[in-house]
Amino acid sequence: MKKVLSILLALVMVVLCFAACGKKDDAKTDEPKSDFLVGAVYINSQNDTAGYTFAHHNGITKAMEQLGLPKENLRIVDNIPEDTQQVSEAIDKLANQGCKIIFGISFGYIEAFAEAAEKPEYADIIFSHATGYKSNDKNFNNYFGRIYQARYLAGIAAGLKSLELGNNNLGYVAAWGTEYAETCSGINAFAMGAQAVNPNAVVHVNKISTWGDEAKEKAAAEALISTYKCCVIAQHCDSAQPQLAAADGKVFGCGYNSDMTAQAPSAHLTAPIWHWDVYYKLAIETAMNDPANFMSTVGIYYGGLKEGFVDISPLSENCTAETKAIVDKVKAMMVNGEWDVFTNEKLSIAKDGTITKTTAALKDNKGAEVISADGNTYFTYNDGVLTAVDGGKDACDGVIKGSMNYYVAGVEEG
Amino acid sequence: MNQMEVFTLFLFNIVVYNIPLLYGTVGEIIIEKSGSLNLGVEGIMAVGAIFGYLIGCSANSLTVGILASFLCAGLFGIIFAVLTVTMQANQNVTGLTMTTFGVGLFFFIGKGLSGSWPMMTAYSNINDGFKNALEIPLLSKIPIVGKAFFSHNILVYLGIVIAIAVWFYLNKTKTGLRLRAVGENPGAADSLGINITLYKYVHIILGSGIMGIGGYYMGLNLGGSFEGSNCWINGYGWIAVALVIFANWSTAKAILGTLVFGFFNTLQIYSGPLANAFPDSLGFLAKIPPQLYQALPFIITALVLIFASVNKKKKMAQPAALGLNYFREER
Repeated sequence: MKKVLSILLALVMVVLCFAACGKKDDAKTDEPKSDFLVGAVYINSQNDTAGYTFAHHNGITKAMEQLGLPKENLRIVDNIPEDTQQVSEAIDKLANQGCKIIFGISFGYIEAFAEAAEKPEYADIIFSHATGYKSNDKNFNNYFGRIYQARYLAGIAAGLKSLELGNNNLGYVAAWGTEYAETCSGINAFAMGAQAVNPNAVVHVNKISTWGDEAKEKAAAEALISTYKCCVIAQHCDSAQPQLAAADGKVFGCGYNSDMTAQAPSAHLTAPIWHWDVYYKLAIETAMNDPANFMSTVGIYYGGLKEGFVDISPLSENCTAETKAIVDKVKAMMVNGEWDVFTNEKLSIAKDGTITKTTAALKDNKGAEVISADGNTYFTYNDGVLTAVDGGKDACDGVIKGSMNYYVAGVEEG
Repeated sequence: MNQMEVFTLFLFNIVVYNIPLLYGTVGEIIIEKSGSLNLGVEGIMAVGAIFGYLIGCSANSLTVGILASFLCAGLFGIIFAVLTVTMQANQNVTGLTMTTFGVGLFFFIGKGLSGSWPMMTAYSNINDGFKNALEIPLLSKIPIVGKAFFSHNILVYLGIVIAIAVWFYLNKTKTGLRLRAVGENPGAADSLGINITLYKYVHIILGSGIMGIGGYYMGLNLGGSFEGSNCWINGYGWIAVALVIFANWSTAKAILGTLVFGFFNTLQIYSGPLANAFPDSLGFLAKIPPQLYQALPFIITALVLIFASVNKKKKMAQPAALGLNYFREER
């Protein structure tokens, strides 16, 4: 019996040896067409089929395809939590493989990326960090987008729906509120978009204080629907649960990150979405052709509707043709650079699509001016005290990206 | 805004969103009563969820889904039984491995095998079967309480029936007494002729199966969609492990424990609505930092532990041989 077993095991090993050889041969015949290697550090799995990592992975592979780079040239280290030690190890691994540009997609990678960029041995590698705020003038930038512009457009669609239904209550499921400028500016832009068409619109924010808890995302949407009778549920969280809850509650909704019409066909209006490939193409192309000038050409990237970096998903059948016309018109204004959300100019949009601009200070929900009437001063709260931000008009992007911590009038948390 | 409606929905959701904790806790209590500490609740629930999804959906039947989640999670529990009972492996390590393996299996099937599994809501029988509330005659007519506690889906009642039945089984039947003996002093139980291995195997499988139904419930409640980046169980298995201590190894108290944990879990979401609906009496809720709500159940568990160890009269019901492998030759 033992003899038979040992022969069997030996046979299995021989077979496995051949199998292993076969794989190696395959890799050899598939010589990369170009030797430019792109590295990426992901927070979740590269095999995800939806969500944040999926969106970035999709963006990078799409950009590489457009640039004619074979997909083997993308080196990935995935499932890396926001732990500086682990991220540094991932960066070392990618650098040792010869990657010339390394992307890090999660906010908490910031320290590891900043440290790596300063290392002399990595001076010829470009480090590019999503959603962060650190950079240097040689080889380290950050990139993010004006998603608030898309949220303003979604707000218009929601506001028109609320007019149609005669219900001024809109709901917003948010992972966080005023704690982070990213969530805060999104909520404000959505509210301002809704108020442009329905001045009486009120946005009720239910903050769940966590990312990625699907049960809480669903429960928060249900609470909004039953408590305030909200007729549209918008969201700044990862899953489609709020949209499912909207469909169950027979109300409407605006998703986020991907077109959620498939998940909630009866409820979904439109979703603010990202086109990460727009940035990845620019970054990889520059790193390939002109790495020395990366910081002066690409630099700190903050693309919007104009660059095609952010957008809204096609309006679903739950929206009327008039909604589409109005949304397109406002979108064109932002694409042309004619108007932007966080300025001293407020839009009032009539049902027939006539847009009136009025110049006025922007007030928060406590009645304080947060953008002055002349549009030259931006304010944020500093230890509870409203303080002017240095830099005048130029402070705008910095406030939206990093320090906005108030809700505009018509937003209520709870 | 209708104050009563907000309040009723708050109570209703305490039950609906947290019943999976009860399944997990009851399953774990059964296993712990046999003397095995199984830290794999999260993984076993994940396995129950994914196979309940697969088999239930292919049959388009909620009943089949429930049975499948019970059986598959039970079968998965055999791995734990073989490793710890037969092969005498360390229970803590094996339990943790079960979690890693179970959650990994969930992702492998749910995301790795196919990128486009349909959602459970697409299956009419399952969706309706889960969402249709079964109203208990008379009791469901009571204002507020009726809607909050006596008008739920079938799995809520099943969970409570299981918890009570297990309590009866453990405390009022001869087999239950023997099981407790196995958990307290397997050497003595063995000398009485109780088949220790059989008892452990059966109850590990039974407990795992019950956990599996809880996992399936989590999936049903989320509409069975795989597009989120987390496993459906999302840490509830770990809370169940804490709840066992909170409930002092009694499945009847586990019902209460589930409601207490659920109260804080749900209060976080409802703090805003409740504060707005009752500005005078509950307005303070909105000012409490959300992190406190997330921490409270665990703070309470710690307090219960302290209280139980200080209070000598009240005996802790933790089985004496919990976590220790039984090896006859070492008796």
